Amino acid sequence: MDTWSLLSICVLLGLTTRWAVSLNSYSGAGKPPMFGDYEAQRHWQEITYNLPVHEWYFNTTDNNLNYWGLDYPPLTAYHSLLCGHVASLINPDWVELHTSQGFESSAHKLFMRATVLIADLLMYVPAVVLYCFYLSEGSNRKKVCLVLCILLYPGLILIDYGHFQYNSISLGLALWGVLGLGLGWDMLGSLAFVLAVNYKQMELYHSLPFFCYLLGKCFKQGMAGRGLFLLVKIAVTVLVTFTLCWLPFLTDPGQVLQVLHRLFPVGRGLFEDKVANTWCSLNVLIKIKTILSTDTQLYLSLAATLLAALPSSIKLLTKPTLWQFKLALVNSSLAFFLFSFQVHEKSILLPALPVCLLLGDLPLPAVWFLQASTFSMLPLFLKDGLFVPYAVTSSAFVFYSVYLLSALEHSSEEELRLRPVRRLVCLPRVDLGRIARWTFYLSVAAMAGLSFMSVALAPPARLPDLFPLLVSVFSFLHFLGLLLYFNVVQIAEPPSPRRKNPKKTE
Amino acid sequence: MRSANQIERRRQRRRRRRRRILSSGLYNTVMAASTADSWSWFPALALGVSFLKCLMINSYHSTDFEVHRNWLAITHSLPVSKWYHESTSEWTLDYPPLFAWFEYGLSHVAQHFDKKMLVVQNLGYASPATVLFQRLSVIATDVVFIYAVRECCRSVREEKGSKDLLVRPYFILAALLLWNYGLLIVDHIHFQYNGFLCGILLLSVARHLQVGNFITFPFEQGRHLEGAFLFAVLLNLKHIYLYIAPAYGIFLLRSYCFTKDNTDGSVRWSSLSLVRLIALGSIVISVCALSFGPFIAMGQLPQVLSRLFPFKRGLCHAYWAPNIWALYNVVDKALSVLGLRLKLLANLPKASMTGGLVQEFQHSVLPSVSPSATLICTLVSILPAVLSIWRCPRGARGFLRCLVVCALCSFMFGWHVHEKAILMAILPLSVLAVESREDAGIFLMLATTGHYSLFPLLFTATEMPTKVLLILLFTLYSFTSLKKLFRGFLLNTLEVTYLLGLIAVEIICEVVYPLLPWKQTLPFVTLLAKSVYCSLGVSYSFIRLYLSILRPTDKPKEL
Repeated sequence: MDTWSLLSICVLLGLTTRWAVSLNSYSGAGKPPMFGDYEAQRHWQEITYNLPVHEWYFNTTDNNLNYWGLDYPPLTAYHSLLCGHVASLINPDWVELHTSQGFESSAHKLFMRATVLIADLLMYVPAVVLYCFYLSEGSNRKKVCLVLCILLYPGLILIDYGHFQYNSISLGLALWGVLGLGLGWDMLGSLAFVLAVNYKQMELYHSLPFFCYLLGKCFKQGMAGRGLFLLVKIAVTVLVTFTLCWLPFLTDPGQVLQVLHRLFPVGRGLFEDKVANTWCSLNVLIKIKTILSTDTQLYLSLAATLLAALPSSIKLLTKPTLWQFKLALVNSSLAFFLFSFQVHEKSILLPALPVCLLLGDLPLPAVWFLQASTFSMLPLFLKDGLFVPYAVTSSAFVFYSVYLLSALEHSSEEELRLRPVRRLVCLPRVDLGRIARWTFYLSVAAMAGLSFMSVALAPPARLPDLFPLLVSVFSFLHFLGLLLYFNVVQIAEPPSPRRKNPKKTE
Repeated sequence: MRSANQIERRRQRRRRRRRRILSSGLYNTVMAASTADSWSWFPALALGVSFLKCLMINSYHSTDFEVHRNWLAITHSLPVSKWYHESTSEWTLDYPPLFAWFEYGLSHVAQHFDKKMLVVQNLGYASPATVLFQRLSVIATDVVFIYAVRECCRSVREEKGSKDLLVRPYFILAALLLWNYGLLIVDHIHFQYNGFLCGILLLSVARHLQVGNFITFPFEQGRHLEGAFLFAVLLNLKHIYLYIAPAYGIFLLRSYCFTKDNTDGSVRWSSLSLVRLIALGSIVISVCALSFGPFIAMGQLPQVLSRLFPFKRGLCHAYWAPNIWALYNVVDKALSVLGLRLKLLANLPKASMTGGLVQEFQHSVLPSVSPSATLICTLVSILPAVLSIWRCPRGARGFLRCLVVCALCSFMFGWHVHEKAILMAILPLSVLAVESREDAGIFLMLATTGHYSLFPLLFTATEMPTKVLLILLFTLYSFTSLKKLFRGFLLNTLEVTYLLGLIAVEIICEVVYPLLPWKQTLPFVTLLAKSVYCSLGVSYSFIRLYLSILRPTDKPKEL
């Protein structure tokens, strides 16, 4: 079979899975008065379609910010406006000001799901295909397998097509950024990344590696000559893109401040609900949220985040290669997820994207991480009634990625790049690869067990949050361990994954 | 100097090339050894499609869902004597008794999901637990199908196969059967148990194919009997398979009961093995006795039969299956319109053909078709095919070809044919398609047309992307894999043009026509157009397949 038909079949499989998941329920379906993210997106369409630009982010009589006020950057607002126009063409009731609040119908659901599919098809899917074919190594067969595995990543599918969000746009744009940088088109790459940040502010989790990679590249070319020129070019690109995105709000500084205030709601506390990061897990032992003042929490989290992201960023700055860049993306976004302020459980998708890019290089750890990330969102899926698609897509993902990428066969100590660990700690003679495999089996079994317990057993009366807490602490341990692992791989390993001369590595 | 240099360089190049060839060859054989000999790919393929089926649990389901729920309720809560008398719901039990027992068995699991679905009076009951149970029951019983596919794949013949797993005939066959588009949408969206039933059919076919394979030689006779037993069970699960019974009957009689041929290939009458005949007969009769016996004992046989063969329904289903009658109806309609225009006819009975109601109706110009007429047409069309395998049996492959032809004959000429019945031909034809180039071409035509003709089954907007994506997936795979397997194009320009026309038909029917003003006055034109267009393709494949069975065997290619 030629590569093209195999590739089309894989893409079609990915799309079919997406559409099949979208047949399920969405967040807040039939749950007045607040509903969920689905209603938030619909409400943004209503607001942007009916109100003038300068009222979008302000609390007015027509725009109650307490009811799903717009809190994403301008590109999201423009996208909502576009969708709102299409919606009003099909059925004006869907975006009628005030009266459409909480509107639900099967036709509307179909429309909303279709917008997600179209956005995905335009942004994310082509970026994944291009990445696998131009920036990953191996035979064409392997590249096709990689496309299928990345497209089947359940976390993104379940959040976008089940819960309802448009992460494929922001992540897709970030991936276009990676593509641009990887292929040497730095301007296009930074353009795409700025657009990603302007679509969803959470993309800032990826900003440090982008910044360090480009800066490192400028240094490498010499700050006196071509490097400086490159820096100026990139800076101009970034500034112009930003200006264009924010153009309607630049008329008045008050507007800009209000938008920024909406984007970064400092007052909402260190964390919400149960999220698998450090603060929430630490909260089991110490009640940080009550002991420390909000300001202290803010500084503490900022310091911890920067500290955690620092090693990988410095390494990247000194060695701006694609391999380092991918790892730095993982390390930085994971550091942000684990330590920063006001993290949502869905933000795990941000580290998950660069981990997807590592599926071809480090299959076992990547599959492990991706599975843990899907598992960490289990309480959310249960709330949305998405247990069946969750169970099906995650089993499918683990099975196929392990099978197609032969993750278990490629898990020797060498291939997991664990040599430096041995040199560092002087471990006794044990096979780290085998340990990793067995821990993987155990952890997947535990995740399956916890998933079924969460859905089948009623928690004890004294501990109503027992299962969500277990889920988040359990996944937190995975994330922390894998953060350490990816840092070790990034810092200790000779950065070039391409082994042209096999004698060199031995 | 220079020449020495050149020689040295050439030698180096040659050495390098040799090394490359060696290493690639080694790689290939290792790959082949690790992937092809172990069947690890098979669970991967089967699991994948099962995962997909599980994802479609929340899809739209048709009234067949309620039909089967009602049967669960009837068999669970009523005594056997009332099963075929119960008529609270309009969807009365109209499958043979073994299927009723199958539902009875399922109902014992169902009560652990939701007891209310087992109440006969709960018409249209579809709680989430009920949906989950019914869908899972289809997915779980598909295990039979998966096993049957595996058995079929093991009996596929292979000629100097390529090293690459993806172009091995058995791999392609497994993918074509497991991921069959028709089964996916009919069973897992529309809702029916065809996977389970076709599984038994394919298993029975596989048993016949496995005979003659030297590995299974000691069990040769047993395999035939097993195949016959499975088919008898199948007949008592769903009686639509009666249409292919002639192929089975003649094949078993000719190739199993008669043990020797004359030198010219004709049957040697003296070689009739009575033992075999009795064994065969007793198996079939005992299965039927087990199934119908209790009802005969209760004196309910006429009642059961009247449920099984409801000739009150119309010639065509609400949506016309793409067969001869669709063409016949259209010709009739065209003639009547023409006649009225030319004032040749007057006072015609108004024919409402696809008015959405399943009723009898009168044709305007052409003679009306009665059930017995369709039965005669079907039998007459089956006859030459069956005779040909009697006169010169071509082994199990010849039988399989005859079976597909019988299925297609009943589809083409049968009374009140459902469009879903095309699966009965497409699935067995897949087995032939991976073994011969010509059959592959027929398969591509028939499968693509037949699958497209299933589109109107799912009319909800939400299912539109699903059915389009799935048919693209299946069609793309079948075309590219068969093309690679037989190393070249399998269809001629005309056939390709016809198939591309399907896309045009779909776009015109779904996008252009709704914008036109006739949408309100003539809402059924799109269905009509689709079924007529598809019936052309199905008829064409039917004729080609028929010709292939009638052709005298000049080469001993078939077993």
